[in-house]
Amino acid sequence: MTQLTGAQLLVRLLERQGVRTIAGIPGGAILPFYDALSGSELIRHVLARHEQGAGFMAQGMARVSGVPQVCIASSGPGATNLVTAIADASLDSIPMVIITGQVPLSMIGTDAFQEVDIYGITVPITKHNFLVRSAQELLTVVPEAFRIAMSGRPGPVLIDVPKDVQNQLVDFDELPSPAVPDAGPKLDMDAIEAAAQMINAAQRPVLYLGGGVVHSGAAALAVHLAEQSSLPTTMTLMALGTMPMDHPLSVGMLGMHGARYTNLVLEEADLLICVGARFDDRAIGRTAQFCPNAKIIHIDIDRSELHKIKNAHVAVNADVSTALEALLPRVKVTLRTDWLAQVAELKQRCPMLFPDVDNPRSHYGLIKAVADALDDEAVIATDVGQHQMWVAQAYPFRRSRQWLTSGGLGTMGFGFPTAIGAALAEPERTVVCFTGDGSFKMNIQELATLAEEGLNVKIVLMNNNALGLVYQQQSLFYGKRRFASKYRTEPDFVKIAEGFGVPALDLDKAEDLCAALTEALNTPGPCLIHATIDREQFVYPMVPPGGANTEMIGG
Amino acid sequence: MMEQVADPLPQIACTKVILELSVNNHPGVMSHICNLFARRAFNVEGILCMPVADGTRSRIWLLVCEDSRLEQMIRQLEKLEDVLGVRRHGAEHEVFERLEDFFR
Repeated sequence: MTQLTGAQLLVRLLERQGVRTIAGIPGGAILPFYDALSGSELIRHVLARHEQGAGFMAQGMARVSGVPQVCIASSGPGATNLVTAIADASLDSIPMVIITGQVPLSMIGTDAFQEVDIYGITVPITKHNFLVRSAQELLTVVPEAFRIAMSGRPGPVLIDVPKDVQNQLVDFDELPSPAVPDAGPKLDMDAIEAAAQMINAAQRPVLYLGGGVVHSGAAALAVHLAEQSSLPTTMTLMALGTMPMDHPLSVGMLGMHGARYTNLVLEEADLLICVGARFDDRAIGRTAQFCPNAKIIHIDIDRSELHKIKNAHVAVNADVSTALEALLPRVKVTLRTDWLAQVAELKQRCPMLFPDVDNPRSHYGLIKAVADALDDEAVIATDVGQHQMWVAQAYPFRRSRQWLTSGGLGTMGFGFPTAIGAALAEPERTVVCFTGDGSFKMNIQELATLAEEGLNVKIVLMNNNALGLVYQQQSLFYGKRRFASKYRTEPDFVKIAEGFGVPALDLDKAEDLCAALTEALNTPGPCLIHATIDREQFVYPMVPPGGANTEMIGG
Repeated sequence: MMEQVADPLPQIACTKVILELSVNNHPGVMSHICNLFARRAFNVEGILCMPVADGTRSRIWLLVCEDSRLEQMIRQLEKLEDVLGVRRHGAEHEVFERLEDFFR
C-alpha cells in the first residue's frame, strides 16, 4: 500500500506516462502540484511567461513528436489564458493533456477568488474534459485523459484539479498502467475493394492528402500509393511535407492561396481520393463547385467527417495507415501518361509564380534564402498571416512534422511559442519561426523563456508594420479602406530581442544579406532575424472569400 | 400550452425524431450533449433524463426536429466519451406523449 497526496500522485502518473517536459505557470490553486513537481527527477518544467505561451509550447512538442504533451496553469485567469491554445489544438487535432488548478471543491460555485468554470468553458474545445472530485479519481482520470488524447483522431483533453484534491491523501496498491491508444475502427474490406476498383477505373484521379496523414504516420504509404497509380497529389495546409514539394507527382497546396494550376487540376479530376482531410472551406472554396466532375473516396478515422461537407461515393472509416496498407495491393500499377501530360500542361500554363524570388529582400526571396541555408532536418513553424501563406507556397517541405502551423484556428501568436516547444522536444534540430510583426507581438513575452532556455530557435521576422492580410483584404475587397490595419508607431524589434537577452540580426543593415542570414541560422542558440518587407506585396493567387477555387485573382 | 408561446418561427413542417442515448451518469454529461446542439443552433424540443440500474449510467431521451444536419448530430453525439450509444426512433415513440399532462 502506497500513500501519496493527489499532487504527488499526479506527478507520478505523468512520469509513468513518459512525460519529460512540461510547460506552465504556477499560481495559487496549482501550488500543491508545483510543490510535488519540484521533487520529480524525471520531469523538466519550463516556465512560460504567459499561459497561452505554455499551451503552444506543449503543442510544439506534440506536433513534432506526435505524442500527447502537457501544459499547466492555475485556476481563473491562468486557465482562461490557455483557452486559445486548447481551441487551436482541437481544430488541428493535436494531442495534449492540459492540467489546471481549481479552487477547493467546497468553494466551487461561490465565485471564489480566481474561480472560473474552465470545465464548462472548454466543453466545446476539448475532445473530453474532467473535473476531478477526489485524489482517488486521478488513478483512472489521468490514464484516461492520455488514452483519449491519442486515440482515433487526436485532440486536447483537460483535467481540472481542485486544490484540496491535490492535497488529499490517497492510498493505493499499484499505479495503473500507462495509457496506450485504442485500436482503430475495424476496416470495411468491401469499401476498400470498391475504392481500389474506382482508382483502377479512373481516368483523371487526384490524391488529396490532409493532416490525418501526418497524425497516422502514413506519408510514405501515401507517396507509395501515388507512385503506384500515377496520382497527381495535392496537400492541404496541414499536410505539407507528406509528399516532398519537389516530387514529380506533387501539385502543391490546394485552396485559397494554392497555385492556379492546382485548383484547375482538381476541376478536371474524375476521382478525388481524400485521405485524412476534411474539405475545409479554405481548401475547397465554394463547396458545390469543388471537383464538380469527380467521384469521391474519403478515408478518415473520424466517422463524423465522412459525408459532412461532401457526400463520398465510397467512405472508409479507418486509420489512414491501415486503410492505405489494405488499398495498396489492390491498386494496379498504372502509368497515366495522358492525365499526367494534361497536369503538366496546366502547370506550365498556370504555374505558381514567385516574383522577385532571387532578391532576398523580397518576401519570397527571403524564404528561399532561409531554405537554402537549411536542410530538411530543420523544423519550420509559422505564425498566421501573409508570411504564413508565402512560406506554405514557397518553402520546400520534404517530410512530415517538418512544418508547424495553425491551420484550423489561424491563431496569431502561435508560431513563436510553438517553435520553442519544438526545440524543447527535439533540441538537436534548428527550429525556424517565420513570423510577422503583428503575430510576433502577440506572444513576444516568450523571448524571456527562449533566452532562459537557450534553445536553437531562429525567429525570422518579416516586418511590414501592418496586419498584412487584413491590409490586403481591405485593399482588395473593401474599397481600399485600410482601417485599423497599419501601425502608426514601429517598435525596434532588434532592441526588444536584445533587451530580453536574445541576440538579434537586422538584415536591413546587412551588406551581404545571404551570408549574414546563413551565419545566423547556423550559429547554435536563439536569434531574432529582422527583415523589413514591402507592405504593398500581397499573397497571390487568391480565391476571394466565398468564391469558387477556379475564380482566383492574381498570381 | 404550446399554442400560448409567442408566434412560432416560420417553420417548414417539423417531423419529430426521438433520440435515445445511453450515457455515463455524472455532472457534466448533460452539458456536453446540450452543447453539441446549442453550438449548431439546433433546438432540442424536449429532454428527459433518469439514472438506470445502479445509477452509474443514465438514459436520455431527446425530442428534436428532423433536419438535414441530424445525421451529423448523431455522429457527433457518438463521439462523446460519455455517450455509450445512440438509437433513433420515429415520432410514434410514446415516451414524450405520456408527459404532456405535465405541460398543460
